Amino acid sequence: MSAHFPGLVIIIPLVAAFLILIGALLDKRLAFPLTALALLGSLVTAIGLLARVMQVGVVEYHLAGWAPPVGIAYRVDHLNGLVLVAVAAVAFINLLGTRPLVVEAFGDRLGPFYTLYILLVAGLLGIVVTGDAFNLYVLLEIAALTGYALVGMGEGRAPLASLNYIFMGTVGASFYLLGVGYLYLVTGTLNMADLAVRLPALYPSKVVFSAFVICLAGLCLKMGFFPLHAWLPNAYSYAPDPVSSLVAPLMTKVMVYVMVRIMLFVFTPAFAFDLTAISEPMVWMAIVAIVAGSFLALSTRRLKRMLTYIVVAEVGYMVGGFWLGNRLGISGAILHIINDAVMTLCVFLAAAALIARTGSDAIDDMQGLFKKMPVTMAVFVIAGLSIIGVPPTCGFFSKWYLISGAIAAGQYGFMAALLLSSLINLVLFFRIFEIAYFEPFEDHHAEHPTGHGRVLSAVQEAPLELLVPLVVTAALLFALGIYAGDIVSLIIDKAIPLGIV
Amino acid sequence: MDTLISIKPLLAVLVSLLAIPFIAYSRSPNVREGWTFLAAIVKFGIVAAMLPAVLNGMEISCSLVEVLPGLSIAFRVDAFGMLFALVASFLWIITSVYSIGYMRGLDEHAQTRYFCFFAISLSAAVGVAFSANLLTMYLFYEMLSLATYPLVTHHQDQEARTSGRKYLLYTVGASIGLVLPAMLMTYHLTGSLDFSPQGILAGTASRGTVALLLFMFVFGFAKAAIMPFHSWLPAAMVAPTPVSALLHAVAVVKVGVFSIVRVITAIFGTDLLQTFDLSTPLLLVASTTILVGSFIALSQDNLKRMLAFSTIAQLSYIVLGAALLSPKGVTGGMVHIAMHAFGKITLFFCAGAIFVATGKKNISEMTGIGRRMPVTMTAFFIGALSIIGMPPCGGFLSKWYLVLGALDADKIAILVVLLFSSLLNAGYFMPVVYRAFFCPPEEALFEARVQEAPLCCVVPLVITAVISILLLFYPQPFMNLAVMAAAKFTGI
Repeated sequence: MSAHFPGLVIIIPLVAAFLILIGALLDKRLAFPLTALALLGSLVTAIGLLARVMQVGVVEYHLAGWAPPVGIAYRVDHLNGLVLVAVAAVAFINLLGTRPLVVEAFGDRLGPFYTLYILLVAGLLGIVVTGDAFNLYVLLEIAALTGYALVGMGEGRAPLASLNYIFMGTVGASFYLLGVGYLYLVTGTLNMADLAVRLPALYPSKVVFSAFVICLAGLCLKMGFFPLHAWLPNAYSYAPDPVSSLVAPLMTKVMVYVMVRIMLFVFTPAFAFDLTAISEPMVWMAIVAIVAGSFLALSTRRLKRMLTYIVVAEVGYMVGGFWLGNRLGISGAILHIINDAVMTLCVFLAAAALIARTGSDAIDDMQGLFKKMPVTMAVFVIAGLSIIGVPPTCGFFSKWYLISGAIAAGQYGFMAALLLSSLINLVLFFRIFEIAYFEPFEDHHAEHPTGHGRVLSAVQEAPLELLVPLVVTAALLFALGIYAGDIVSLIIDKAIPLGIV
Repeated sequence: MDTLISIKPLLAVLVSLLAIPFIAYSRSPNVREGWTFLAAIVKFGIVAAMLPAVLNGMEISCSLVEVLPGLSIAFRVDAFGMLFALVASFLWIITSVYSIGYMRGLDEHAQTRYFCFFAISLSAAVGVAFSANLLTMYLFYEMLSLATYPLVTHHQDQEARTSGRKYLLYTVGASIGLVLPAMLMTYHLTGSLDFSPQGILAGTASRGTVALLLFMFVFGFAKAAIMPFHSWLPAAMVAPTPVSALLHAVAVVKVGVFSIVRVITAIFGTDLLQTFDLSTPLLLVASTTILVGSFIALSQDNLKRMLAFSTIAQLSYIVLGAALLSPKGVTGGMVHIAMHAFGKITLFFCAGAIFVATGKKNISEMTGIGRRMPVTMTAFFIGALSIIGMPPCGGFLSKWYLVLGALDADKIAILVVLLFSSLLNAGYFMPVVYRAFFCPPEEALFEARVQEAPLCCVVPLVITAVISILLLFYPQPFMNLAVMAAAKFTGI
């Protein structure tokens, strides 16, 4: 059984997608439990896989028994084992938390919604688990197409945002495909491990270099790397809240993973970091991305939009950290894939809860929320502190590695950008906390004379179903922080090729 | 150096955090304050229980979890940390009494929130005192900044909002912008962040790098209110007075100077700073803050603002003492943590008592107030004497050591700064006392009818005033701890 885990991790949700669609025709109340069951299955297999990788090393799996390079190979090592768990966990927590919101918004379309939801997750899990460059493209399109559909289900300008997302996403995916095509042309294989063996001999070739650049450009577009981010803020902020809190944490992070995978394990680190002379410009572009993302976030007074710009800045963190090209920086980038996925989930879920209660996503409408929704706001504060980078939340530790990497590489500009972005995040979040805490201004001396009696009627918390996942996610932020050292030394350190110091 | 492994430091930090659920969910205000007291007394008890061992030259350590390779969240109680923890945890008990008188006397809102965040702040302060490495210290330092924010902005009005913004921007902004990169650079250079008596930076960096790091740390710990990073402190005076008293005269600001002294002695090491001759620029920064702070205090009419500027000046005495790098100077600086704490908290208690009893905030409105509140104003006089550094108060002792330290280090200029500053201190404190007691009857704004603040306000300020005097005659625990710590750090 456990030998089939790499396949099961995506076959479970793929099969479930059909069952959900059929089940929902019989009784739409079946859709949610089926989805939850399937995602739980994925989560368990993902954790099992990571545990297995940590015990025995790389796990190879040949789909339907066809050996590569003819068949498709799924290959799980420390890197994607870790990302798999993160993707499955985030998708599962988000599923549980957003049920009340989904029922309210899509009560009549539960079947299609959950089918798309689980197909999207299946696509993302597949992208992470596959060891085949073309298979990756196929799964990328599965994730993307379902993503377009889900984003388009929102109200107002969502369909337009989705259309824009389709155009840009398709261009990005096509670029990636084009690059893979070039590689196939010169090597005759699509298996990543095979490519890694055959490519070094061909490095002088202009075709290989073109493939490298085209792939990278496509991936940068897909991950929303500034200035190729233009599709992202609209798509993620106009999407329905339960969708934003799924795609915002996962989509960009999985694409960053793909970049790490292609650069380190299809090409060699020596080629990516030294031969192409592209590291330095990439780090500078990351600096621009971080600064621009942070300032764009300052410029908006809508909660979800602000969070999407923070995502743009965070992509800069990871891309910059990776292209520092040293072990510390790459560790920071990989650690941040995990941490940022959980952080982003936490803020978007909290935002969804707040918006559901206040009916608006303007930060000026968040008055008095500390009184009205104390638990949700407490979680939101913790998530904010993590994004700012206050220990012992996990955001501090990925920043620690990223800045250490910057110092080791002598890239003080990148360090300055990270610090500036932390400070801007401080302003961003405390701007919201201030409104929720101080406003509406009132004379506090007048009310309850002892100052003690809590006015219980004023509390209007989010539903318990949403509150529990929120609190769990906030606890995860602390746990990931406290165990950051272990995660790096036991998993991430082994995921990075030995040649990188 | 003998080391004891014990969870006492952890307990001392945690006890006030553990009390929070009880404080938050108690049924009546009396029960709630009961929990605060219990936590405060237990906390002081645990800290005091470690005192004999520390006085015997032992260090008590406790390591929790390794968060980064070679870097743990860990505690280590040494003489210096003990000195600060002792002061902070003892004064929390007294401030709790005072808080009850003050908060109930003024019918403040959200008192539960107030007591909860007060407890978190104390955990953080003791956490800083007991930290075994820079990372742990940074963690508690940030925790303190954030936990005090709701206290500073307690009134939740426009003024509190503006001040809170300033408060956060200075304290958290400087720590993220300066301390964090300095800490990472130190880690990159040395591969460690553990505090060590001789410092860890020696032999790893050039003079330029060391100087850069030194100033990143000194200005980055903005809680020490070293100019030009001082203006959050007067702004933070919008907080209720007990907060100003314990946090902005003792816990928060002392955490700032404590961190600076810790970094100077245990990360850089006095030898290294001596070798690179970095003592002079540090002394210059501290002296400037002392003199300019005192001058600004002269011009203040709002009593709490005057006290705030006085605090800014007095904090730099501690930095100055450490920057002298001589055993007597370092001793004087460390003891000043305790002496200034008792003196200044008395003054703040008095300011709060006046506000509760009469609603007055400005010095110009306090003419003749000694006739109405003789006990309070007598305590104010004693507190002021201690800050000026005159016998029969404890403040004399720390200034005496600072002067000796300056002489030992052959820095006559510093001697002049110290003496001139004492004059300035007298210049802004004595008129307040004089006008309170010795104004002509026709100018007095108050009737000669004794009407003090509630007992809960008056008793604490009498206690701290009496202790300020006693400290001159019985300075032993603090003095011994400071001498031990200074001997360890300067290697003499």
